Amino acid sequence: MTGTMPTTRITADPQVCVGSGMCALTAPDLFDQSDKDGTVLVLQPLPADARIGDAEEAVRGCPSGALRLAEGSAE
Amino acid sequence: MNDMVCPYLTNGLPKVRERPLDPPAIFGQLRAEEPIAPMTFPDGARGWVVTGYEQARTILADSRFSSKAAQKHLAFASDLATDFDLEKDLPPAQFEHMDPPEHTRYRKLLTAEFTVRRVKTMVPQIERIAAGRVAAMRAKGRSADLVKDFSVPMSAHVICELLGIPEEARARFEELSTQALSLDKKPEETKAVLDGLVGLIGEVAMGKLEQPGDDLLTRLIHGGQLEPAEILGVLLLLLVAGHETSANMLSLGTYTLLREPEQLAKLRADEALVENAVEELLRYLTIVHIGVQRTPTEDVELAGVTLKAGETALIHLPSVNRDPERFPDPDTLDVTRRAAGHLTFSHGIHQCLGQQLARQELRVGFTTLLREFPELRLDADPADIPMRDNMTIYGVHRLPVAW
Ligand code: HEM
Ligand code: SF4
Repeated sequence: MTGTMPTTRITADPQVCVGSGMCALTAPDLFDQSDKDGTVLVLQPLPADARIGDAEEAVRGCPSGALRLAEGSAE
Repeated sequence: MNDMVCPYLTNGLPKVRERPLDPPAIFGQLRAEEPIAPMTFPDGARGWVVTGYEQARTILADSRFSSKAAQKHLAFASDLATDFDLEKDLPPAQFEHMDPPEHTRYRKLLTAEFTVRRVKTMVPQIERIAAGRVAAMRAKGRSADLVKDFSVPMSAHVICELLGIPEEARARFEELSTQALSLDKKPEETKAVLDGLVGLIGEVAMGKLEQPGDDLLTRLIHGGQLEPAEILGVLLLLLVAGHETSANMLSLGTYTLLREPEQLAKLRADEALVENAVEELLRYLTIVHIGVQRTPTEDVELAGVTLKAGETALIHLPSVNRDPERFPDPDTLDVTRRAAGHLTFSHGIHQCLGQQLARQELRVGFTTLLREFPELRLDADPADIPMRDNMTIYGVHRLPVAW
């Protein structure tokens, strides 16, 4: 592995999610909701730099606290 | 008058608004001085009123606060006899008034019905419903009551589509649920209407047993997770939570746009603004004007005050959405502002389940009205339009319009 770039990783806890859809509304390219129980699906766990602003807004807007941004690493 | 004394609320929320679209001025004063202030509910219980945005969000996201019905209080002093006991008389499955894990169980069974993607698939249906109301309005001539002729039937029809109430039962369903809205909430009248609705839903459900459809009611019945009484309860909750709210938002939103010609012109000039305009109207109007209530299950220290276990906090959503620290120039309607983050649909695990449907319904509703009636105007002196001051959901009782 050559030099992993530190980057922002989105994590979601479907147990905590209440299916409000706020994330999918804010950033439909990053988040969707499962057809089975409406809980969050992260479409892009490692968003492009240009999308980090919206990812942050989605995390702030999430009513249940199911979303987190962490320093991840691109593998 | 003594400026030094903070204006404590000693008998629930005040009803008198100085201006029809702004919350009573006392709340602005409270927010500036004491964003979490003591208040006494009309039943004599001591609690708190929360008017600051950050404080409200913190409480609504805190699992030490309970939503159970037993601790909630009437917010307005009322002269109607209220022998309706929220806890005792509640049908089953009213998860708006439950905590986890009970709340979680019901909510998770329903969330798939309300996802952003699922609601998008309903847009053509919603558009057809709105077009049908426009046709009915045109058939009447050049004026109508927007409440009775557009918003209330449109909202009822959308709920019917969502639940899967078949065509032949829809007229009865719409009539009963409309009565439920227009009642001044005398307990025995409310009960008769509720009984009628329960009977009708029961009939429809029997039909779905034999003839399943592609709808929420069919999925609940055939999912095998809920008892029949719970299914009835869920349907009643969706109806109560979804019909009156969307209908009032459609009417009050239109009234507001007609009174703000500059904002209306911006929206007419650029239809794509509607998403943003809906968000801003939701913020600005905050029709759940009695707010929401949460009760600490243990003593909680917050922003310099101690909320003792059992002392219910009323989160006053209209003031929270006018917090200048969160929304600059908050008392100005601006359809181009970033209004996202408003708490009109609450926050935390109870945040409105139907919010994506409500948004879609409002976008289609306003777009259709503006497109179909380029000359839409109020057909009465704005001062003569009766406001729903003492109702649970704010709005207008009537809205005469002409085109
Ligand atoms: C503009 C329209 C609407 C507004 C302003 C609104 C507002 C709200 C608010 C403030 C709550 C939270 C109550 C709390 O925190 O204690 C709520 C919950 C709820 N709403 Fe809405 N609502 C609207 C439309 C709808 C629609 C269309 C539906 C469904 C058809 C719906 C179904 C529900 C349900 C089921 C809950 C309870 C959620 C839970 O406890 O988990 N609402 N709504
Ligand atoms: S915003 Fe939060 S609660 Fe809502 S669907 Fe996304 S993860 Fe779930």
